[in-house]
Amino acid sequence: MTFDINVIVGNLPEILSGAWLTILIWIVATLAAAVLGFLVAAARRFGGVALDKAFGVAIAVLRGTPFLIQIFLVYYGGPFVGLSLDPIPAGVVGLSIYGAAYFSEIFRSGFAAVPQGHIEAGICVGLTQGQIVRRILLPEMTMLVLPPSVNMTIVLMKETAVLSIITVPELTATLSAIGSQQYAFVEALFVLALFYWGLVEITGWLGHLAETKLTRFRFFNI
Amino acid sequence: MSVPAIAVRNLVKTFGDSTVLHGIDLDIVQGQVSCVIGPSGSGKSTLLRCMAFLEEATRGTIAINGEVLGFTENAQGHRERISAATNRSIRSQIGMVFQQFNLWPHMTALGNVSEALKTVHKMNRKAAEDVAMAQLVKVGLEARAGHYPSQLSGGQQQRVAIARALALKPKIMLFDEPTSSLDPELTGEVLNVMRDLAAEGMTMVVVSHEIGFAATVGQQIIFLDHGKVLFTGPPQDVFKRPRNPRLEQFLDTYIDRGASMLL
Repeated sequence: MTFDINVIVGNLPEILSGAWLTILIWIVATLAAAVLGFLVAAARRFGGVALDKAFGVAIAVLRGTPFLIQIFLVYYGGPFVGLSLDPIPAGVVGLSIYGAAYFSEIFRSGFAAVPQGHIEAGICVGLTQGQIVRRILLPEMTMLVLPPSVNMTIVLMKETAVLSIITVPELTATLSAIGSQQYAFVEALFVLALFYWGLVEITGWLGHLAETKLTRFRFFNI
Repeated sequence: MSVPAIAVRNLVKTFGDSTVLHGIDLDIVQGQVSCVIGPSGSGKSTLLRCMAFLEEATRGTIAINGEVLGFTENAQGHRERISAATNRSIRSQIGMVFQQFNLWPHMTALGNVSEALKTVHKMNRKAAEDVAMAQLVKVGLEARAGHYPSQLSGGQQQRVAIARALALKPKIMLFDEPTSSLDPELTGEVLNVMRDLAAEGMTMVVVSHEIGFAATVGQQIIFLDHGKVLFTGPPQDVFKRPRNPRLEQFLDTYIDRGASMLL
C-alpha cells in the first residue's frame, strides 16, 4: 500500500468546497451558539427561578446526550413535529443549540465570577440592570470566559464532522466519499486529520493573541 | 427643624434565622458627619447598606431627605415595593464608598469616575471627562487619571472611588469601612480627603474603626452593638464621659492602644 498524493490533488476542487463548507458551518454555528448561550445565561441569572430551572433541565439534556443522537433527532425526527430542514440548516441549527448549552454554562460561571461589589458600585451610581450587564459584567467576564470559549469553539469545529452522517457535504463527508470510491482511506483520513489540526492550531493561536490583548481586564489583583 | 438627611424608622433586618438589626431608629442630620462605631458583627455595615438600599430591610423604613426608599410601610405593617426607577432617582442623592473600593478594573481612573456621567446622565464624553477630571484633581489624583485600578495603590483606588461618587453630586455620602483594607499611611491619605469633604459641609455617614477620625471629625457618634443603637450623641459625650458601660468597655480597647491621646 502506498500513499498516493494524486488522490488528493485530483479531487482538489471537491475537497476545497468541502473544507469551505466546514469552516462556514463552524463559524456560523459557533457565533449563534455563543450569542444564544449568553442570552440563556443572562435569562437564568436575571429572569427568575422558573426560567432558571427550565433552562437548567434543557442544558442537562443537551449535555447528557451525544451530539450524534441530537443531530439524528433534529434531522430525522424533525419532520414528525413539522420541522423539515435541509441537511445544512439542520446541521447549523443542531450544532448551534448543542454549543449554546455549553456556552451558557461558560457565561454563567463568568457572571458568577465578577465580584458582587463591582455590581453594587454600578447600582450605587445609578446604572440600570441592562447597563450593568453591558458596561460591567460583560467586559469583566471576557477575560475569564475567553479560554473556555476558545476550547468550546475548537470542540464545535470537530463536531462539524458528525454532520456528515446527515449528508451535509462538508469535508469529512467529501473525503470519506473519495476514500471509499477510490479505496484510498489513508490519504483521505490523513488530509482530514491535518485539516482539523491546522484549524485547531490557528484557533488556539488567535485565542492566545486575544488573551494577551485583554490582560488589562484581569481583576484578581486584590 | 429641617427634614433629616436620612430618617431610619424601626429598621429590622434578618438574614435567615439571625436578626442583624433590631428595630433601629435614627436621624442623620443634614450637613453633619455621623460616625457609626461598634464591634464587628454589630450590624454597622448592614445598616449602611440598607441606607443605600443594597440590602432590603425586613421591616421598617428609610427616608432620604423625606422620600421613602425601597418600600413604603403603613401602620399595619403592610409593605409596598417602590419602582426601580423611583428608587434610582431617590438613591441618586447618595454616594457610596466601599471597603473593597470596587473600582471597575477594565476602566481607567478617569473612566471609572466618568462612567455614570456618560451612561446615566447622558453627558457627552468630553463634558463627562471634564467633570471627572475636576473630581480627580480634588482627591489629588489628576496625574493618575489614565491609570487602571491595578496600577494604583489601595489608597489611590479608594480616592478614585470617592471621586467616582462625588462626580454625581450626591447630597449624602456613605462610607463603609473605607480604610479597613489599607495600611496606616494609605489610611491617612483617604481620611484627609474625607476631612476636606466634611469641612465643605457634606452630609456623611461613616462606618469605621478609625476612632480618631470619629472623635475629631464626627459630629454625631452612633454606637451600635448586637443590632441595637446603644448610644448616640456628640463625640465629647461619647469619648470623654461614656455613660454606657458597654460603650466604655468598647472604647477601652482603643484607649489601650494609645488613641486616648486624640481624645
